[in-house]
Amino acid sequence: MRPQDVFQTLKDTLVEQFDLEPEKITPEARLSEDLDLDSIDAVDMIIKLQEMTGRKVSPEDFKSVRTVADVQHVIERLLAEPPAQPGP
Amino acid sequence: MSRRVVITGCGGLTALGHDWRSIAARLRAKQSGVRFMEEWAAYSDINSKLAAPVAAYELPSQYNRKSMRSMGPVAVMSTRASELALEDAGLAGDPVIKSGRTGIAHGACAGSAEPTMAFGRMAESGSIKGLTSNTYVQMMAHTGAVNISLFFGITGRIIPSTSACTSGSQAIGFAYETIKYGLQDVMIAGGAEELSVGPTAVFDTLFATSRRNDAPHTTPRPFDKLRDGLVIGEGACSLILEDLEHAKARGAKIYAEVVGYGCNADGAHITQPQAETMGVVMELALKDAGLPASAIGYINAHGTATDRGDVAESIATNKVFGPKAPISSLKSYFGHTLGACGSLEAWLSIEMMNTGWFAPTINLDEVDPACAELDYLRGEGRAIQTEHIISNNFAFGGINTALIFRRWS
Repeated sequence: MRPQDVFQTLKDTLVEQFDLEPEKITPEARLSEDLDLDSIDAVDMIIKLQEMTGRKVSPEDFKSVRTVADVQHVIERLLAEPPAQPGP
Repeated sequence: MSRRVVITGCGGLTALGHDWRSIAARLRAKQSGVRFMEEWAAYSDINSKLAAPVAAYELPSQYNRKSMRSMGPVAVMSTRASELALEDAGLAGDPVIKSGRTGIAHGACAGSAEPTMAFGRMAESGSIKGLTSNTYVQMMAHTGAVNISLFFGITGRIIPSTSACTSGSQAIGFAYETIKYGLQDVMIAGGAEELSVGPTAVFDTLFATSRRNDAPHTTPRPFDKLRDGLVIGEGACSLILEDLEHAKARGAKIYAEVVGYGCNADGAHITQPQAETMGVVMELALKDAGLPASAIGYINAHGTATDRGDVAESIATNKVFGPKAPISSLKSYFGHTLGACGSLEAWLSIEMMNTGWFAPTINLDEVDPACAELDYLRGEGRAIQTEHIISNNFAFGGINTALIFRRWS
């Protein structure tokens, strides 16, 4: 995935996965307050991001995430790392 | 403390419709919900390709992603049936629902099949692909009961009655006792079962399913000489049980009073029913109700159309109620709805009592001579005015239940 595509892909994923209105997904949108996503949703978002990026997401990666832009930065950082070895 | 308990609301999703009027019309017309399952063609080892799926139903807009993320089909049906029952009782949005004085007794054979498969795939492949934050909560046995709680904000006690074919009847029995002894004022009680090929495989393995694949409307045949096993059905039904004084104070419509509940176990065999203890459970319910057997005007049978089950049940029923007791099985219309049947059959039996007409067992052409003598309702059913009915259910592991309802006038 090219870095410039990250936001759009993330936006499409959030819209599809959580039934959100596309115009609500801005970089500044707060996951909890603005998008009504909670801890359970965050877990499912991480699972989806792992599928998207092919990288394992550590719990630490997500502890400080508050906004859509924060998620975008995590993805960009993950994509800069080498992909995880495929499972057995 | 002992209080009287009444039923003030009923809601169900069934193969023959989702309200009493629609269902009654189908019962009167002797229409079965059983059909051939072309969807199961791939399961070549399974002999029975029959089932009675629930009729299509719509979900209102409050069933959105967030409210449904923890639900598989069985939890959705449990919740929707409960919502219909609450609306019917006039309790939708009532403060008592969130007060801690309303509880839930609900069950099914198990949680949903699809998330269970995800864990199965994990065990086989070593990969957790397909597991999400909600996989377990959709699979767990009490998924229906807790999803009802979440959906309506219910904060009272939860009694998961996960006991296969007595899930619905135990739910009603436990709910009745909970209100009777003053622990709650209102209880949502019922059961549900989503359709999957698993339960059919369970009974198929035991040679207890019907193989009349080319004639779906002629099976199951409870108590009939030519019965060849059960057909799995799908459905959900919830009843609202309420303290009589609470119901009266708010001017609620009352369907019937719950006057007797019996529950015991065979303690003998994991799948073979035992006539003696089945009879004992009916006597326990009569004793709880303070009624003689002669007070019961109609018996709603478990009547699954299995070889041994029907014989044992008829012998037990005959021993307690004698040869002239009017009896029929609704499984001839709905198939065996497993976790739902206890509450579904209780609801419809109460409606039939209030109508003064009881549906016949369809497909019962010639009573099996191995079954004990009873007044098996056939043909066009029977007009009966009675004050009391009993509904009996029996589950794997030898759980027996009997519920007695009194007509409200």
